[in-house]
Amino acid sequence: MPDFTLWDIFRNLLMAARWTVALSLVAFIGGSVVGLALLVLRLSGGPLVGRLVGAYVQLFQGTPLLMQLFLLYFGMAMLGVNTSAWIAACVALTLYASAYLTEIWRGCVAAIPRGQWEASASLALSFGQQFRHIILPQALRLAVAPTVGFLVQVVKGTALASVIGFVELTKAGGMIANVTYEPMLVYSCVALMYFALCFPISLYARVLERKLQ
Amino acid sequence: MNSVLSNPQQTSDSDGPHTQAGAPILRITALRKSYGTHEVLRGIDLTVLRGEVVAIIGKSGSGKSTLLRCINGLEVFQEGSLIVDGKHLLYDNAKAMRDLRQGVGMIFQGFNLFPHLSVGRNVMLAPQLVKKRQAGLNEERARQLLARVGLAEKFDAMPDKLSGGQQQRVAIARALAMDPAIMLCDEITSALDPELVGEVLRVVESLADEGMTLLMVTHEMSFARKVADRVIFMHQGLVHEIGPPAEIFGHPQTPELRQFLSSLRD
Amino acid sequence: MPLQLDFWSIVVQWPLLLRGAVWTVGLTTIATLLGGTLGILCAWSRVHGPRPLRWLVGAYVELIRNTPFIVQLFFIFFGLPELGIRLSPAVASILAMTINLGAYATEILRAGIEATPRGQIEAAESLALSKAQVFTHVVLPPALKKVWPALVSQIVIVMLGSAVCGQISTEELSYATNLIQSRNFRAFESYIVGTLLYLGLAILVRSLLAWAGPRFVFGR
Repeated sequence: MPDFTLWDIFRNLLMAARWTVALSLVAFIGGSVVGLALLVLRLSGGPLVGRLVGAYVQLFQGTPLLMQLFLLYFGMAMLGVNTSAWIAACVALTLYASAYLTEIWRGCVAAIPRGQWEASASLALSFGQQFRHIILPQALRLAVAPTVGFLVQVVKGTALASVIGFVELTKAGGMIANVTYEPMLVYSCVALMYFALCFPISLYARVLERKLQ
Repeated sequence: MNSVLSNPQQTSDSDGPHTQAGAPILRITALRKSYGTHEVLRGIDLTVLRGEVVAIIGKSGSGKSTLLRCINGLEVFQEGSLIVDGKHLLYDNAKAMRDLRQGVGMIFQGFNLFPHLSVGRNVMLAPQLVKKRQAGLNEERARQLLARVGLAEKFDAMPDKLSGGQQQRVAIARALAMDPAIMLCDEITSALDPELVGEVLRVVESLADEGMTLLMVTHEMSFARKVADRVIFMHQGLVHEIGPPAEIFGHPQTPELRQFLSSLRD
Repeated sequence: MPLQLDFWSIVVQWPLLLRGAVWTVGLTTIATLLGGTLGILCAWSRVHGPRPLRWLVGAYVELIRNTPFIVQLFFIFFGLPELGIRLSPAVASILAMTINLGAYATEILRAGIEATPRGQIEAAESLALSKAQVFTHVVLPPALKKVWPALVSQIVIVMLGSAVCGQISTEELSYATNLIQSRNFRAFESYIVGTLLYLGLAILVRSLLAWAGPRFVFGR
């Protein structure tokens, strides 16, 4: 049994935390792209499209992220896609993030007064032009704070990837706890690192929100 | 309309409702209050007798609302003393504070009804919690008081379904339910549409007629003239002039009061 | 490769699934009652409490809101025994869910409490109500009413998050799902059924709470 110093524990956790950050970034960026596409689809499409996107959002917001991860992991394997925990986690978290982000942004777009759409339409702007030049800039201002706030939820969500065996911060913590027999210390360090990642983002989101008011 | 004011010593069987010489019920001595370095009340002395109706007038910022809010401890003053119905106002004693407040009713400019409680429950809440009044008795009395302010049929209504005038009359019934010895009215018609002012003032006037001690900050000069026994003109945190309404409105002594009264006529 | 789905082998395990769903709802109910109470106490402390308490509650809220639930759960279940506090999976789950919901409820309720108009409190004070009476009768009911939708959302989030409790072998719905797939090797179908059951529970709990709030929690 190797002797672990506090520094060993910390260093190993830090290495694993890189994967937490990487997974968070992939999910957040991927989720933003998919979420934006869904938003445009929802705004430009008919009521049926709107209902479908709504169901998509409801599905991801109404079920546990853990189950989504399991489904993706085993579902992809079943479809014959050669998958790894990393790929499955990336896909699942991207979809999860896209559902939340598209819903957040829809709220921001809905907060723009109808008159803005009507005014730009009466100036003969196309839907794309209205969205791109009139609505988006205004909605973006409203969206920044809740979007940054949601990033915290994504970072915390990546912890569940440990359950399908992806070695990020939480999984590494479990492994180190098993060899050191110091779960209290190890999980405290793990919590501390998540806190160090998330708290500044939370604070920043709050500052942004205050600035808006 | 039957009187349901329960204070037996307030029956007006002397020469008339406004001239009876009661014992002092409120005594304010050398009261000073400031916000930071800004002194709002700069030494107030005032005695109000039982059954007396006193109107406080003055420009905004003259300290009249602050004075009223000092009397039931909503504002903390730094110097001087205040005695209501024999009870000293002591901020650091929660029990003494509540004892004092039981004897002091207050009606606010903004009504401040509790939005989550029906009209009847608004009236019954404090007697139930503070006076531990028995439920049946409490409801009976609440219904009586609501009838007294002309809102008997609104017992089960929610406050947001009432007009401003009706809300203010409920607020009066709510304050009366605690059987206060003195009632403070803080510009109670200022937030009302003009056509609703009358119904509230009529209720206040009937209280005065029944011998309730009233201390009111008001902008309704004709009402003050008609109902008040004494009028106080406040200016820059001091009682600038005090006297019967005929004197104050008819023969103002100081240039400040003259200017204030003429500004109202514009 | 032809894709063949076999849901029948899942459906026949319905007693297991039902048991899991009951566990999930049960855990959520207890955590809601305890966490809600904790949230009310903490929200009061955060607004009206003495300074050190306010600071302490603030630290608690931030710590919980900025760390993953699974880490909180593992800390309680694997970490606390080091201090001699050995909890059963069910108790550890309830504790973790309570602490988690309590932190979010504190923030949600605080917003509602701070939104109480000053005049409401002054009116209650001048009617001689004590501080505790003002809070429970005048401040809290409208605050609860105001934040009820947010609170309900958070309770649903905590319920969905409780799926993780299966990882410490609490026998809730995700645990039951895992058990079934380990028996019949129909992982994909098992998780589809389990996930849909969660969706159904989420909708059910949400509507139930939306219905119950005005009737039992804060009056009309």
